[in-house]
Amino acid sequence: MKTLALPLALPLALPLALLALLAAATLLLPPYHEGNLARIMLLATYAMGYNIAFGYTGLLSLGHALFFGAGMYAAGMAAEYGGVPAAPGLALGLLGGGAMALAVGLLALRTSGVSFLIVTMMFAQAGYLTILYNTDVTRGEEGIVLAAALRRIAGFDLAQDDTRYLAAFAIFAVGLIAQALLVRSRFGRVMVAMRENEERSRMLGYSPYRVKLIALVISGLYAGVAGAAYALLFGYMGAGFAAIQNSIAPLLWVLLGGAGTVLGPFLGTAAMFYLTDLAASLTTATLLVTGVALLLLVLFAPKGILGTIRDRWAPWLP
Amino acid sequence: MASVILSARGLTRHFGGLKAVDGVDFDLAQGEIHALIGPNGAGKTTFVSLLSGRVPVQSGTIALDGTDITRMAAHARVRAGIAYTFQITSVYARLPVYDNVALAVQSRHRGDPAARTRAALERVGLADRGGQLAGTLSYGHQRLLEVAMGLALEPKVLILDEPTQGLAEGEIATFKALVRSVVPAATVLLIEHNMDVVMDLAHRITVLTFGQRLATGTPDEIRADPQVQQAYLGDTV
Repeated sequence: MKTLALPLALPLALPLALLALLAAATLLLPPYHEGNLARIMLLATYAMGYNIAFGYTGLLSLGHALFFGAGMYAAGMAAEYGGVPAAPGLALGLLGGGAMALAVGLLALRTSGVSFLIVTMMFAQAGYLTILYNTDVTRGEEGIVLAAALRRIAGFDLAQDDTRYLAAFAIFAVGLIAQALLVRSRFGRVMVAMRENEERSRMLGYSPYRVKLIALVISGLYAGVAGAAYALLFGYMGAGFAAIQNSIAPLLWVLLGGAGTVLGPFLGTAAMFYLTDLAASLTTATLLVTGVALLLLVLFAPKGILGTIRDRWAPWLP
Repeated sequence: MASVILSARGLTRHFGGLKAVDGVDFDLAQGEIHALIGPNGAGKTTFVSLLSGRVPVQSGTIALDGTDITRMAAHARVRAGIAYTFQITSVYARLPVYDNVALAVQSRHRGDPAARTRAALERVGLADRGGQLAGTLSYGHQRLLEVAMGLALEPKVLILDEPTQGLAEGEIATFKALVRSVVPAATVLLIEHNMDVVMDLAHRITVLTFGQRLATGTPDEIRADPQVQQAYLGDTV
């Protein structure tokens, strides 16, 4: 029983070690990898949000691109048309993602399992088509490039490599620590309980609808801030980010890294990013490489990298 | 008779043409151990499912401690004081024993659940197994864990659905002592097939057949009831 009453130090040790490594990386890495890592950290923030819904609460959604897109367009449109600066833009994105998740969740959570997957996918598809339909303001697939003047926080230029890295790092760091604390919290335990046995949890006095809705909204907050930051840091928003591919992506990253593990989303996102990058230097058929990687994963490590390590060697892994 | 903690009036639930529960009146007295018996298919599990809210009521009313709870959702009834332990063991197999009980404790109390969780585990004799995954416990221990979760909810009414099924003789003795220790602080409603357990534990017994209440009384009264003997005990007594 001692191993369970761990102080918070150990669950936080690994995330803090990763953050230290990433902080050091900015000094050591060439600009190309620095840019990649900034991207990975934002996408991993998105993946962590997905992990809270899917990995910990058991909600298999195919609609998260809607939450990512809501954040991206909330911040991006406010900047483009309202001249809203980056800092309030990030807050808008955060709230946009959360509000969208709340709206979708209120309806979609009346279903579960495969129905939930389909309903969330339909909502996301409706969102994607809405962006395309209003091409006169959103410029649809072509998207909008945000002017550098809009992409500043407290005088720092987010388009510049080092500040961009630090901004992505800050968002990722807050998201990672929050996730690590959340899953150790009382509510985190209830999320896992819902994933493991919904009927049992109901008969312990927990409302499945309420617990899943809260988890989905938290997940939406992550997706929203990641989408907003992606638009502001890389200066571009387009309908493609709200498309189905971007709903599948975080699922794959989380599965690869290990669903229901604290570091899995980052690991999976980074691995998939560099795998695709590597494949692109060899062939144009990068999706084939991705596909093979996933096949191997399903066959030999269905719980993902960290899930497998936890099962076999390190049951203490957060 | 002591005050009534849980009462049902005209409780009814049909599944298509099957009258699983058909107009049952039922009173549970505060602090008693009340056994619900009846042949297979008599509607016992459906009846307690109506009480716990897992199955919606078609007609009739249920009151807990004087408050109407007929339309209350299952999870809200648990918080109001009705705990249900599953007929088929339904612990969180992939979570540690500790977490299983902590989930019940924190459903009831704010703050750190550690102390109460340990106390609940000690009460059923599983204190040294907190770190073990619940799915790796023996069947008997899983049943005890299930009861520990029910007790940790600090219910007014604890419903046990065939708790001794599959237990060894020694385990049944432990179990009986445990149930006796629950009352009179809480009230126990027990569905049970093992007649030795029923006759030994229950203060009162209700017999269901074909979804209707055939009789209610003390173990001696039930034993002596000719209708009950014919319907149910006939071949076992």
